[in-house]
Parts: sequence; structure tokens; C-alpha cells
Amino acid sequence: MRTQDKHSGRTAWLVIAGLLAFMLLIAGCGSSDNSSTGKELTKVGKGEGSLSLISWAGYVESEWTKPFEQKTGCKVSDKIAGTSDEMVQLMRTGQYDGVSASGNASARLVEGGDVDPVNVSLVPNYETIFSELKDQPYNTFDGVHYGIPHGRGANLLMWNTNDVKPAPTSWDVVLDPKKAAKYKGRISAYDDPIYIADASVYLKAHQPDLGIENPYELNEEQFEAAIDLLKEQRPNVGEYWSEAAKQISAFANEDVEVGTTWQYQYFELLGGGKPVAASPASQGFLPKEGATGWSDTWMISSQAKHPNCMYMWMDWIVSPKINAEVAQFFGEAPAQSLACEQTAEKDFCTKYHAENPAFWKRVYFWETPVSDCGNGSEDCKNYNDWLNAWTAIKG
Amino acid sequence: MEAGTAMERRSVGHRLAGLFHGRPRLQAGALLAGPVGWLVVGYLGSLAVLLIAAFWTVSPLSGELTRSLSLENFETLFNEPVYRDVIWRTVRIAALVTVTDAILAFPIAFYMAKLASRRGKAILIVAVLLPLWSSYLVKVYAWRTMLSSGGIINWALEPFGLHGPGFGLTAVWLVMSYLWLPYMILPIYAGLERIPDSLISASEDLGASPFTTFRRVILPLAFPAVVAGSIFTFSLTLGDFITPRLVSNSQFIGTVVFNNFVTNLPLASALALVPIVVMIAYLLVARKLGAFEHI
Repeated sequence: MRTQDKHSGRTAWLVIAGLLAFMLLIAGCGSSDNSSTGKELTKVGKGEGSLSLISWAGYVESEWTKPFEQKTGCKVSDKIAGTSDEMVQLMRTGQYDGVSASGNASARLVEGGDVDPVNVSLVPNYETIFSELKDQPYNTFDGVHYGIPHGRGANLLMWNTNDVKPAPTSWDVVLDPKKAAKYKGRISAYDDPIYIADASVYLKAHQPDLGIENPYELNEEQFEAAIDLLKEQRPNVGEYWSEAAKQISAFANEDVEVGTTWQYQYFELLGGGKPVAASPASQGFLPKEGATGWSDTWMISSQAKHPNCMYMWMDWIVSPKINAEVAQFFGEAPAQSLACEQTAEKDFCTKYHAENPAFWKRVYFWETPVSDCGNGSEDCKNYNDWLNAWTAIKG
Repeated sequence: MEAGTAMERRSVGHRLAGLFHGRPRLQAGALLAGPVGWLVVGYLGSLAVLLIAAFWTVSPLSGELTRSLSLENFETLFNEPVYRDVIWRTVRIAALVTVTDAILAFPIAFYMAKLASRRGKAILIVAVLLPLWSSYLVKVYAWRTMLSSGGIINWALEPFGLHGPGFGLTAVWLVMSYLWLPYMILPIYAGLERIPDSLISASEDLGASPFTTFRRVILPLAFPAVVAGSIFTFSLTLGDFITPRLVSNSQFIGTVVFNNFVTNLPLASALALVPIVVMIAYLLVARKLGAFEHI
């Protein structure tokens, strides 16, 4: 018995020693340099024959990749990502040529050196893109362009028309503690740190003394106020959704009645004959506070193996006819001003406010929160703070 | 040509056989090199990486890792009340699921091992294993549908003026207990099977009531098997992150790791060490209780 113990003791030590050696090995060879090369293409050459992309669902469909492949010889393979975090993670593998990044991913990709600047003079269709989409904080950094705008949309307030009456015109139906209590356990909220911005959009309108200007640049006091609001909201939330399918099933089964959503879920539920209504697509209005939204950007990987194909893709996706097709497929406002003449549905651009800059003034496109408040002060809460706060809010 | 290669192959084979002949250590080494290598590199290696990453820190924006030792992540885990709540909630549900499964599994396992006919036993074993053949996700989604407010549970309870539990901690407890039940039944069944019937007869002959026989003979002999089963139910609940996401709004260790691993891998690693530490403690206790004696 004793000798056996001794024996197994020695084996245990051997295993531990082996583990330590392995750890040292990993620690030793683990440091890699992923700083951006900062290189910009100066001329689009011949296509490399293939192109691998990361995109939101509905952005890369055979209707417009087939003709692209025929024209350029670049065979498209697409990886669909469900969240901005997933996009960032996939881009960091260096296996992809480009990504359709939202604003809460783009700054992280630029900072991490995962994407390269884009030479917009090599993208002829960039010229006619709506000017208010250019040079924005989510696609241009220190005056350098990092991508080509794809399209934009607002996050919607959706509700079940049988249960929620009268039709809400404000986010207070989900965020005002008293009014939201009426739908206790029936509220649907987005499960992502960026949802804190929805609270700050609300506070910007309802508590002007907090002095919130940009809902993504929050100082300590503003940040705390937003977090408190969401902590108060928590008991009223029936479900936090992170996948579109999860929210669709929750609305379809009437587990939730009101909350923030995207066009995709709204169209799916409408198509399934569910009694839902939403702003703004259905009625042409935003809740009175405005709303958070997204304006997506095609970016090129700093490790792109097919840069020529990627440049051709970035030009293709914002060419008038294709951008119109993409926008209608997804249900968003096109980025290309000339796309509005090409839509199959005549009043599509009017319906989606594509040519109405005043409408977008009240849509706060997703950005990555950074310490730099934009006014010289460095004490704004960064994305890591947002992430930790989100964990704390959910409790 | 063909004959030549066959000859060559045979001679290589012969030479190899000669090499191994009379060298038991080499034989064992060659046999184990693959599996042990897999275990060390694939399994322990990834654990080691996890352990190291827990001491790193990350730049919030660029995602660049600072590869120097720091206790920052552990301080966060310790100082932020939310993590303590999450850990405590997870351990509590894991314990509750384990107890529930033990109570449900014991009678089934006992019937299978001692009372059922040969045919009945075979049918029961298949019935217990059957749920394991279908995808985990399908089962959780099925529960999600059943528990939803328009689901079958509410529909069945409605005539009695009752309501189902809906989504929440109760739902997590129910679904986890359902998911891991086979992992509890099988070890208990194996444990009970090993108890000779003669012991039970002897107890009866000596005048013990069935309850006394159960309490003084069967339970002590089967207890290590229950502990062995509890290792599965406890650790599987501790690590799960899909069920809580689908049937509740509550955060568990797994869901917090899932939400952080892209943006803050070091914090996620530190939190992922918690279940490992809990399981090590659990296994030490289980060893004391004799769960490994028959393995």
C-alpha cells in the first residue's frame, strides 16, 4: 500500500512538472505582434480568384455574389457572425479578407490593428455615397478612412398590438420604472453591453441636467445614471435576447410583449402573421427620444490574402443597383445615394428615410465607447467598463 | 513488384516486432504515447493555457493581451459582488440539481437492478439512454417551448387555475435535472447491480424490515455510486451555459464566461477556474466518501 502511494505520488509530481514546462512553453512563445501595417493599396490589380468575408446575416447573398463572381472571378465565401464580439474574434484569426463591421466593432478592429486603412479613391462608387455617412467616428479614425459605408438603420421599438395599448411613442414604456411595471416580466431587452446606450439616449431626453451629448461618451455620473436605470428595468425584463431567433420565439409565444428589436425580427414576425407593430418602419416615426442604430462599414483585414478582390467587393456592394438590392433584402436605408433610383419598390428610400438627414439626427449609431470623451477629457467609460457594468446589471 | 513491397513490408514489420520483443517498457510506451500525448497536450495543455491566461490582462480596445502576471482578474472576481452572486447561484443550482437527480434516480435504478425482469431491464436501459441520443440543444429548446407562456405546461395547468414556472431559476433547475438524470441513473444502477442479492436475503432472514434493510444494507453499499453519479450532475450543471441562456435571465458562471471570452479573455479564464477549484474540492470529498473505490 505504502509503496503504491509513493509511486502514485511520484507520478503526480511528474504530471505537475510536465504541466509547468508546458505553461512556460506557451508563455514563452505567446507574444505576437499584431500592430497594423498601415499600408494602403495604391492600385487595384487583377483579382486573386477568391474572397472570404465575415458579415451580418442577409448582407452576402447569392443574388449579388453570383454576378460579382462572374464579373471579377473572385469566388466569395462568407461566414455569418451573430454579434459584434464574434466579428472581432473572427477577424483576429486573420483568416478573412473583410468584414461588415458595426460601430461597436470598428474602433476595436482599428485599435487592434486587425484592419487596414481603405484608399477610397480606389472605390469609384464611394463618391456618391450619402455625405453624412462619410467621415464618421465609426469609420474614420484620425482622418484616415477605414472602410466603405454599407447602409444604416435604427433599432426599433416593437410591441404586441393585442396587449400594448395605446401604441407607445416613447421608450418610457420599457425604461420608465413606473410605466414599465405595467409590463413586468413581459419586456424584451437586447443582451449586449451596447444596450446601455439605449438607456443613455432615454436619459439624454428625460434628464437633460445630466448633460449627455453623445450616448457612447459617458462620464462617471452619466454612466452611473444609465446603469441605475437598467438595474431598475431588470425585474421588469422578461427576456434578454442576443440571437434574433430567440427574440422571435419569445414574441411569437407571447412570452414578451414590448422591447427593442431589429428590422429582421420585425419582418419575420409580421411575415408569420403575428400581431406586432414597430417604429419606425411601420409608421414612419422614431420614439420621441430618438433611438440607437447601426451604420455598417465594409473593412479590409490587415492580413487580407485577397486585397484586390476585397476592393472590388467594396465597390460592388455600394454600386447603385446592388446597394438597392441589398437594402431592400435586409430592410435598411442604402448608403449609396444613386441606389434610390434603382429600388424595385418605388418609395423605398422615402419609407426608410434614406434621403432625409433630419431623420438620422435622432439616430445614434453604435460606436465603441472609449476613454477619450472627444472634448479633451479622458475620463469617459471605455468598452471594458461597459462590459463589466453589463454583467453587474444582469446580476 | 507487388511481391517485393509485400516482402519489404513484412521485413519492416518483422524488424519492428524484433525491436519490441522483450522490451515491455517500450511496448507500453508505444501503446500509450498516443492517448497520453492527447491527454497532456489537448486536455491538460488547454487547462494550463487557461490557468496562465487568468493572470494576464487585456487592453479594452485593441484586445491586445498584456502577458505579465497580475492578480487583477482575481481581485475583480473577489471585489465585485456580482461575481460572488453568480458563483453562489451556480453552485446552489448545481447542488439542487444533484439532490433532485439522486432522489429521482435511486428508485429507477433500484427497480432496474433488482426487480425488473431481464426484458424489462433492457427496455429501461434503452429508455434511460434514449434521451442521450438526441441533441442537447433540441432538448433545451423543447423545454423552452414547453415552459413558454403559451406552452403545454401552462395549457395543462390552466384548468386547475395554476401557472407553470415560466422562465427563470426554477426552469433552469427543472431542465438541468431532466438533462443530467441519465448520468445519475447509470452509476447507481451499476452500483446496485454489484450488491449480491444474498445480502438482502440475509438481512431479511435476520428479521430486518424492508426499510431497515434499505437503510443499513443497500444505501451504505450504494452510496459511493450515488456520489459517483453526483460528480456528473454537479460538474455538468456547474459548466453549462446554454440552458441558463435559453430558459432564464439569470447569469451563471458559464454565461458570464461566454459573454466575456472575446472581449476579456483573462477575466473569463479566471472565472472559468472557479468551477475547476470547486470540482477539485468536490472530488476530494467524493474520494473520502469512497466514490472511486470500484473504478
